[in-house]
Amino acid sequence: MLRVKGLTKRYRTGDLALKGIDLDVPDGQVMALIGPSGAGKSTVIRCINRLVEPTSGTITLNDAEITTLGSRELRRARRRMGMIFQEYALVERLTVMENVLCGRLGYVGFWRSFTRRFPQTDIDNAFRLLARVGLDEMADKRADELSGGQRQRVGICRALIQKPELLLVDEPTASLDPKTSRQIMRLIKELCEEHNLSAIINIHDVMLAQMFAERVVGLQLGEIVYDGPPTGLTAEVLTKIYGEEDWSASIRKIDEDTDEAVERSDNVLTLETRQPHRDRMAGLT
Amino acid sequence: MSVGSIVPRRWKKPPLIKRARLRWALGIGAVVYLALALGTTEVNWTRVWEGLPRGARFFAAFFPPDFTSRRGDMADGILESLWMTVVSTVIGIAISVPVGIGAAKNIAPGPVYYFCRGILAVSRSFQEIILAIFFVKLFGFGPFAGVVTLSFATIGFYGKLLAEDIEDMDFSQAEAVRATGAGWLQWINYGIQPQVMPRMIGLGLYRFDINFRESAVIGIVGAGGIGATLDTAFERYEFPSAAAILLIIIGIVMLLEYSSGYIRRWVQ
Repeated sequence: MLRVKGLTKRYRTGDLALKGIDLDVPDGQVMALIGPSGAGKSTVIRCINRLVEPTSGTITLNDAEITTLGSRELRRARRRMGMIFQEYALVERLTVMENVLCGRLGYVGFWRSFTRRFPQTDIDNAFRLLARVGLDEMADKRADELSGGQRQRVGICRALIQKPELLLVDEPTASLDPKTSRQIMRLIKELCEEHNLSAIINIHDVMLAQMFAERVVGLQLGEIVYDGPPTGLTAEVLTKIYGEEDWSASIRKIDEDTDEAVERSDNVLTLETRQPHRDRMAGLT
Repeated sequence: MSVGSIVPRRWKKPPLIKRARLRWALGIGAVVYLALALGTTEVNWTRVWEGLPRGARFFAAFFPPDFTSRRGDMADGILESLWMTVVSTVIGIAISVPVGIGAAKNIAPGPVYYFCRGILAVSRSFQEIILAIFFVKLFGFGPFAGVVTLSFATIGFYGKLLAEDIEDMDFSQAEAVRATGAGWLQWINYGIQPQVMPRMIGLGLYRFDINFRESAVIGIVGAGGIGATLDTAFERYEFPSAAAILLIIIGIVMLLEYSSGYIRRWVQ
């Protein structure tokens, strides 16, 4: 269980990015963190594994306090938190296998990792995870030879091979097409169920958040303005999070049966239903 | 009011320097300085004219190049130069890797950054000849002074370019490696090294090339290698031998140039 209390972050520029966030994520819960750009979503998850140093507040993961750790203990704590990145953040000139094995760096010594002699169990796990996402044939390809969706699946393997207790996911679908986005989100959700992982998923796409998360937290200017089930995202709530806009397209009941059906309704939305509101979207009313 | 009646809005590319007065002052100042500089360069055309046949005689003395009479000295000089080049390139790069990492602003803490930048600045501010004269005074004549000179010069060159390459890297890749709980050395090895490696191999070969050429020059001030052989040939007025040495140097430099280009393409 992850427990965040009074988390504040003030950047050196003086911007107050987070204004006392309180958040509890129980084991096995997949939580979506939504909010406009600059609301502090990325800062929240980067404070949790301290890629960004929090200014004040406490973060505890399964009764271990994260914010006060020294560098050695911090590295140990980071092993328990897998992170998945926007734009994948794979090391492009390393092979797929090396990228996956990056997830074991916190567990092996320098010389073993330098000579690429990882324990056989790590290699087995890497192949098993790659097979799970359908990429075991690609192990020796260089990461920059893969497509966007494939790269993100390698990124997921890199996070999972850490044997994490928590997944921190930063805009996993930001550079993917709609179909691949859904596949990636579904994969993350399934893997969380398989490994009983909790996850915090930063996501721009409200509809994806509703489809794949059991809980949605809305962040606005560094404050939590909504915390509840995806069904509670009404037009008023979305207005509170993002500001005034016509939300009828985003809170429509979603047919989750097939990707095709959803995509078709996507097209319909962009081509037709939005047309009457063009003036409004341009800020003319 | 109808849209058609509005005067078309004009657009011009905004000038590089916003303030018109400063822009004109800089432009006119540069032109005036250039005109004055050209006007004060004294060229004695009669002396240039008289010098031409002297130059031609000097050049003619090189022909035909004589590869044979000093063959032993030449072979020794070339081998010594190659040895100096290999050793100094390896030592120089080995030292410049930690210095370069320390001089990269995005990964080094403040004091380390300024210290390493200081080393690079000192190394870069002295030309090889000046360093060679100093080290020959320090260690005496011979290739050891040359090796120290070239190693020292390599640090400034390679360390600075490594630091700049690290500063230009994609930080998210390095961040992702750090997020796994990797240690510092692992982070460098997995997150940063793959990003800078191809360019650094290319630059290493380029520096090898430079060090060989420099080894010919610093030999003239007593730091060993083929330069020393060349200097001796000139002092004895053995111009055909000197010509042969110059041709050999040109040949080796061209060979290095070609092979380093080939290896760089292969690394990318």
